[in-house]
Amino acid sequence: MARAATTTDAFNAVAEPRRREILDALAGGERAVNDLVHELGVAQPQVSKHLRVLREVGAVDVREDGRRRLYRLNGAALKPIHDWVKEYEQTWSERFDLMDVVLDELKEKEEGDDSVE
Amino acid sequence: MTVSSSPRAILSLPTDEEILVTREFAAPRHLVFEAWTTPELVERWWHANRGRVTLVEIDLRVGGKWRYVMVADDGMEVGFHGEYLEIVPGERLVTSEVYEGLPDGVSEEMGGTTNTLTLTDTGSGGTLATLLIKATSKDSRDAIIASGMELGLQDALDLLEATAQSLG
Repeated sequence: MARAATTTDAFNAVAEPRRREILDALAGGERAVNDLVHELGVAQPQVSKHLRVLREVGAVDVREDGRRRLYRLNGAALKPIHDWVKEYEQTWSERFDLMDVVLDELKEKEEGDDSVE
Repeated sequence: MTVSSSPRAILSLPTDEEILVTREFAAPRHLVFEAWTTPELVERWWHANRGRVTLVEIDLRVGGKWRYVMVADDGMEVGFHGEYLEIVPGERLVTSEVYEGLPDGVSEEMGGTTNTLTLTDTGSGGTLATLLIKATSKDSRDAIIASGMELGLQDALDLLEATAQSLG
Protein backbone atom coordinates (compact mmCIF):
# COMPACT_ATOMS: atom_id res chain seq x y z
CA MET A 1 0.00 0.00 0.00
CA ALA A 2 1.36 3.41 -0.92
CA ARG A 3 2.18 5.59 2.02
CA ALA A 4 2.22 9.33 2.18
CA ALA A 5 5.42 10.91 3.45
CA THR A 6 5.15 10.91 7.20
CA THR A 7 8.45 12.26 8.35
CA THR A 8 7.19 15.75 9.06
CA ASP A 9 4.56 14.50 11.44
CA ALA A 10 5.73 13.32 14.82
CA PHE A 11 2.49 11.49 15.39
CA ASN A 12 2.74 9.39 12.28
CA ALA A 13 6.41 8.76 12.81
CA VAL A 14 5.79 7.45 16.27
CA ALA A 15 2.52 5.63 15.66
CA GLU A 16 3.64 3.35 12.83
CA PRO A 17 3.42 -0.17 14.29
CA ARG A 18 6.99 -1.25 13.48
CA ARG A 19 8.41 2.01 14.77
CA ARG A 20 6.49 1.55 18.00
CA GLU A 21 8.22 -1.81 18.38
CA ILE A 22 11.57 -0.10 17.92
CA LEU A 23 10.62 2.53 20.49
CA ASP A 24 9.54 -0.20 22.90
CA ALA A 25 12.90 -1.91 22.45
CA LEU A 26 14.75 1.37 22.99
CA ALA A 27 12.73 1.89 26.15
CA GLY A 28 14.86 -0.95 27.50
CA GLY A 29 18.04 1.05 26.91
CA GLU A 30 20.43 2.09 24.16
CA ARG A 31 20.70 -0.20 21.17
CA ALA A 32 22.84 -0.48 18.08
CA VAL A 33 21.10 -1.15 14.77
CA ASN A 34 22.18 -4.79 14.86
CA ASP A 35 20.71 -5.26 18.33
CA LEU A 36 17.36 -4.11 16.96
CA VAL A 37 17.70 -6.34 13.91
CA HIS A 38 18.11 -9.36 16.21
CA GLU A 39 15.54 -8.29 18.76
CA LEU A 40 12.77 -7.56 16.27
CA GLY A 41 13.69 -9.98 13.51
CA VAL A 42 13.48 -7.21 10.90
CA ALA A 43 16.01 -6.68 8.12
CA GLN A 44 18.71 -4.09 8.72
CA PRO A 45 17.68 -1.69 5.91
CA GLN A 46 14.15 -1.50 7.34
CA VAL A 47 15.41 -0.87 10.84
CA SER A 48 17.73 1.85 9.56
CA LYS A 49 14.94 3.45 7.59
CA HIS A 50 12.65 3.54 10.63
CA LEU A 51 15.42 4.92 12.81
CA ARG A 52 16.00 7.68 10.30
CA VAL A 53 12.34 8.68 10.44
CA LEU A 54 12.38 8.60 14.22
CA ARG A 55 15.49 10.80 14.28
CA GLU A 56 13.95 13.29 11.89
CA VAL A 57 11.08 13.97 14.27
CA GLY A 58 13.34 13.99 17.31
CA ALA A 59 11.98 10.80 18.80
CA VAL A 60 15.40 9.14 19.10
CA ASP A 61 18.93 10.40 19.50
CA VAL A 62 22.09 8.76 18.25
CA ARG A 63 25.68 8.82 19.48
CA GLU A 64 28.91 7.35 18.20
CA ASP A 65 30.50 4.61 20.27
CA GLY A 66 33.69 3.59 18.54
CA ARG A 67 32.53 2.17 15.24
CA ARG A 68 28.98 1.69 16.39
CA ARG A 69 26.14 4.13 16.47
CA LEU A 70 23.91 3.77 19.50
CA TYR A 71 20.30 4.87 19.48
CA ARG A 72 18.26 5.92 22.46
CA LEU A 73 14.83 7.28 23.20
CA ASN A 74 14.59 11.02 23.33
CA GLY A 75 13.11 11.32 26.77
CA ALA A 76 9.64 11.99 28.00
CA ALA A 77 8.54 14.12 25.06
CA LEU A 78 7.49 10.99 23.31
CA LYS A 79 5.60 9.22 26.00
CA PRO A 80 2.18 10.89 25.74
CA ILE A 81 1.92 10.07 22.04
CA HIS A 82 3.02 6.53 22.57
CA ASP A 83 0.61 6.14 25.48
CA TRP A 84 -2.30 7.55 23.50
CA VAL A 85 -1.74 5.23 20.57
CA LYS A 86 -1.49 2.25 22.88
CA GLU A 87 -4.62 3.25 24.77
CA TYR A 88 -6.59 3.76 21.57
CA GLU A 89 -5.37 0.46 20.18
CA GLN A 90 -6.21 -1.23 23.47
CA THR A 91 -9.75 0.18 23.44
CA TRP A 92 -10.37 -1.27 20.00
CA SER A 93 -8.70 -4.56 20.95
CA GLU A 94 -11.08 -4.96 23.86
CA ARG A 95 -14.09 -4.07 21.72
CA PHE A 96 -13.07 -6.65 19.16
CA ASP A 97 -12.40 -9.31 21.80
CA LEU A 98 -15.93 -8.70 23.14
CA MET A 99 -17.24 -8.86 19.59
CA ASP A 100 -15.65 -12.31 19.19
CA VAL A 101 -18.04 -13.59 21.85
CA VAL A 102 -21.01 -12.03 20.08
CA LEU A 103 -19.86 -13.50 16.76
CA ASP A 104 -19.46 -16.99 18.24
CA GLU A 105 -23.09 -16.79 19.36
CA LEU A 106 -24.27 -15.57 15.98
CA LYS A 107 -22.40 -18.40 14.28
CA GLU A 108 -23.91 -21.01 16.59
CA LYS A 109 -27.36 -19.57 16.08
CA GLU A 110 -26.93 -19.63 12.32
CA GLU A 111 -25.67 -23.23 12.35
CA GLY A 112 -28.60 -24.15 14.57
CA ASP A 113 -31.04 -22.55 12.16
CA ASP A 114 -29.49 -24.45 9.26
CA SER A 115 -29.92 -27.82 10.95
CA VAL A 116 -33.57 -27.23 11.77
CA GLU A 117 -35.88 -28.31 8.98
CA MET B 1 -14.85 -22.33 21.21
CA THR B 2 -11.83 -20.11 20.73
CA VAL B 3 -8.64 -22.01 21.32
CA SER B 4 -5.91 -19.73 20.08
CA SER B 5 -5.38 -16.26 21.50
CA SER B 6 -7.34 -13.47 19.82
CA PRO B 7 -5.82 -11.70 16.86
CA ARG B 8 -4.53 -8.28 17.73
CA ALA B 9 -6.07 -5.02 16.63
CA ILE B 10 -3.39 -3.00 14.91
CA LEU B 11 -3.44 0.77 14.79
CA SER B 12 -1.51 2.90 12.36
CA LEU B 13 -1.68 6.46 11.03
CA PRO B 14 -1.42 6.06 7.25
CA THR B 15 -1.57 9.79 6.53
CA ASP B 16 -1.63 12.97 8.56
CA GLU B 17 -5.44 12.94 8.68
CA GLU B 18 -6.12 9.26 9.20
CA ILE B 19 -6.23 6.65 11.93
CA LEU B 20 -6.46 3.04 10.72
CA VAL B 21 -7.46 0.06 12.85
CA THR B 22 -7.39 -3.46 11.44
CA ARG B 23 -8.44 -6.77 12.94
CA GLU B 24 -9.28 -10.28 11.77
CA PHE B 25 -12.39 -12.13 12.88
CA ALA B 26 -13.13 -15.86 12.77
CA ALA B 27 -16.60 -15.19 11.39
CA PRO B 28 -18.05 -14.40 7.98
CA ARG B 29 -18.54 -10.81 6.85
CA HIS B 30 -22.31 -10.72 7.18
CA LEU B 31 -22.10 -11.62 10.87
CA VAL B 32 -19.45 -8.98 11.57
CA PHE B 33 -21.72 -6.47 9.86
CA GLU B 34 -24.65 -7.66 11.96
CA ALA B 35 -22.65 -7.30 15.20
CA TRP B 36 -21.59 -3.82 14.09
CA THR B 37 -25.06 -2.53 13.23
CA THR B 38 -27.51 -4.20 15.64
CA PRO B 39 -28.21 -2.10 18.78
CA GLU B 40 -28.50 -5.02 21.25
CA LEU B 41 -25.21 -6.39 19.94
CA VAL B 42 -23.32 -3.08 19.83
CA GLU B 43 -24.33 -2.64 23.46
CA ARG B 44 -22.31 -5.73 24.31
CA TRP B 45 -18.97 -4.77 22.77
CA TRP B 46 -18.72 -1.02 22.31
CA HIS B 47 -17.98 -0.31 26.01
CA ALA B 48 -14.52 -1.95 25.68
CA ASN B 49 -14.73 -3.02 29.36
CA ARG B 50 -14.47 0.63 30.39
CA GLY B 51 -18.05 1.18 31.50
CA ARG B 52 -21.63 0.56 30.52
CA VAL B 53 -23.38 1.39 27.25
CA THR B 54 -26.56 3.29 28.13
CA LEU B 55 -27.86 4.14 24.67
CA VAL B 56 -27.50 2.76 21.16
CA GLU B 57 -29.64 4.28 18.45
CA ILE B 58 -29.17 3.05 14.91
CA ASP B 59 -31.27 4.17 11.95
CA LEU B 60 -29.51 2.10 9.32
CA ARG B 61 -30.29 3.87 6.06
CA VAL B 62 -28.37 6.46 4.10
CA GLY B 63 -29.03 9.78 5.80
CA GLY B 64 -30.16 7.98 8.97
CA LYS B 65 -28.67 8.96 12.32
CA TRP B 66 -26.84 6.98 14.96
CA ARG B 67 -25.98 7.80 18.56
CA TYR B 68 -24.05 5.86 21.22
CA VAL B 69 -23.72 6.87 24.88
CA MET B 70 -21.78 5.17 27.62
CA VAL B 71 -21.08 5.83 31.27
CA ALA B 72 -17.46 5.11 32.03
CA ASP B 73 -16.39 3.39 35.25
CA ASP B 74 -15.40 6.77 36.71
CA GLY B 75 -18.96 8.03 36.19
CA MET B 76 -18.21 10.23 33.20
CA GLU B 77 -20.78 10.09 30.41
CA VAL B 78 -19.50 10.13 26.85
CA GLY B 79 -21.60 10.34 23.72
CA PHE B 80 -20.95 10.05 20.02
CA HIS B 81 -23.33 10.57 17.14
CA GLY B 82 -23.34 10.79 13.38
CA GLU B 83 -25.03 9.89 10.16
CA TYR B 84 -24.91 6.95 7.78
CA LEU B 85 -23.35 8.07 4.51
CA GLU B 86 -22.96 4.81 2.63
CA ILE B 87 -24.23 1.30 3.38
CA VAL B 88 -23.27 -1.89 1.58
CA PRO B 89 -24.45 -4.72 3.87
CA GLY B 90 -21.67 -7.14 4.72
CA GLU B 91 -19.06 -5.06 2.92
CA ARG B 92 -18.81 -1.41 3.69
CA LEU B 93 -20.22 1.18 6.04
CA VAL B 94 -19.38 4.86 5.90
CA THR B 95 -20.52 7.12 8.71
CA SER B 96 -19.81 10.55 10.06
CA GLU B 97 -18.92 10.73 13.75
CA VAL B 98 -18.86 13.56 16.25
CA TYR B 99 -17.64 13.28 19.82
CA GLU B 100 -20.11 15.13 22.03
CA GLY B 101 -17.41 16.33 24.43
CA LEU B 102 -15.42 18.38 21.95
CA PRO B 103 -13.57 21.25 23.63
CA ASP B 104 -15.03 24.75 23.36
CA GLY B 105 -14.13 26.39 20.10
CA VAL B 106 -13.88 23.16 18.14
CA SER B 107 -16.83 22.93 15.76
CA GLU B 108 -18.45 19.63 14.86
CA GLU B 109 -17.24 20.15 11.34
CA MET B 110 -13.66 20.57 12.53
CA GLY B 111 -13.71 17.90 15.21
CA GLY B 112 -15.76 15.31 13.38
CA THR B 113 -14.48 12.33 11.45
CA THR B 114 -15.63 10.18 8.56
CA ASN B 115 -15.34 6.52 9.44
CA THR B 116 -15.17 3.79 6.82
CA LEU B 117 -15.57 0.17 7.85
CA THR B 118 -14.49 -2.27 5.14
CA LEU B 119 -15.00 -6.02 5.46
CA THR B 120 -13.13 -8.50 3.27
CA ASP B 121 -12.93 -12.30 3.20
CA THR B 122 -9.71 -13.77 4.55
CA GLY B 123 -10.10 -16.93 2.50
CA SER B 124 -10.51 -19.20 5.50
CA GLY B 125 -14.07 -18.26 6.31
CA GLY B 126 -12.93 -15.29 8.33
CA THR B 127 -13.14 -11.54 7.87
CA LEU B 128 -10.58 -8.79 7.79
CA ALA B 129 -12.11 -5.61 9.17
CA THR B 130 -10.45 -2.27 8.51
CA LEU B 131 -11.73 0.86 10.15
CA LEU B 132 -10.41 4.07 8.65
CA ILE B 133 -11.08 7.16 10.74
CA LYS B 134 -10.51 10.28 8.68
CA ALA B 135 -10.35 13.73 10.22
CA THR B 136 -10.88 16.93 8.26
CA SER B 137 -7.26 18.04 8.75
CA LYS B 138 -4.12 17.18 10.63
CA ASP B 139 -4.97 19.86 13.20
CA SER B 140 -8.37 18.31 13.57
CA ARG B 141 -6.88 14.86 14.06
CA ASP B 142 -4.56 16.26 16.72
CA ALA B 143 -7.55 17.91 18.41
CA ILE B 144 -9.41 14.60 18.47
CA ILE B 145 -6.41 12.84 19.87
CA ALA B 146 -5.78 15.61 22.39
CA SER B 147 -9.40 15.57 23.57
CA GLY B 148 -8.96 11.91 24.47
CA MET B 149 -5.88 12.53 26.55
CA GLU B 150 -5.63 13.52 30.14
CA LEU B 151 -2.51 15.56 29.97
CA GLY B 152 -0.34 17.70 27.88
CA LEU B 153 -0.30 16.18 24.45
CA GLN B 154 0.08 19.54 22.82
CA ASP B 155 3.04 20.32 25.07
CA ALA B 156 4.61 17.05 24.04
CA LEU B 157 4.04 17.77 20.36
CA ASP B 158 5.48 21.26 20.69
CA LEU B 159 8.51 19.84 22.41
CA LEU B 160 8.99 17.24 19.73
CA GLU B 161 8.66 19.83 17.03
CA ALA B 162 11.22 22.05 18.72
CA THR B 163 13.56 19.08 19.02
CA ALA B 164 13.08 18.22 15.38
CA GLN B 165 13.77 21.77 14.31
CA SER B 166 16.93 21.89 16.38
CA LEU B 167 18.14 18.85 14.45
CA GLY B 168 17.35 20.44 11.11
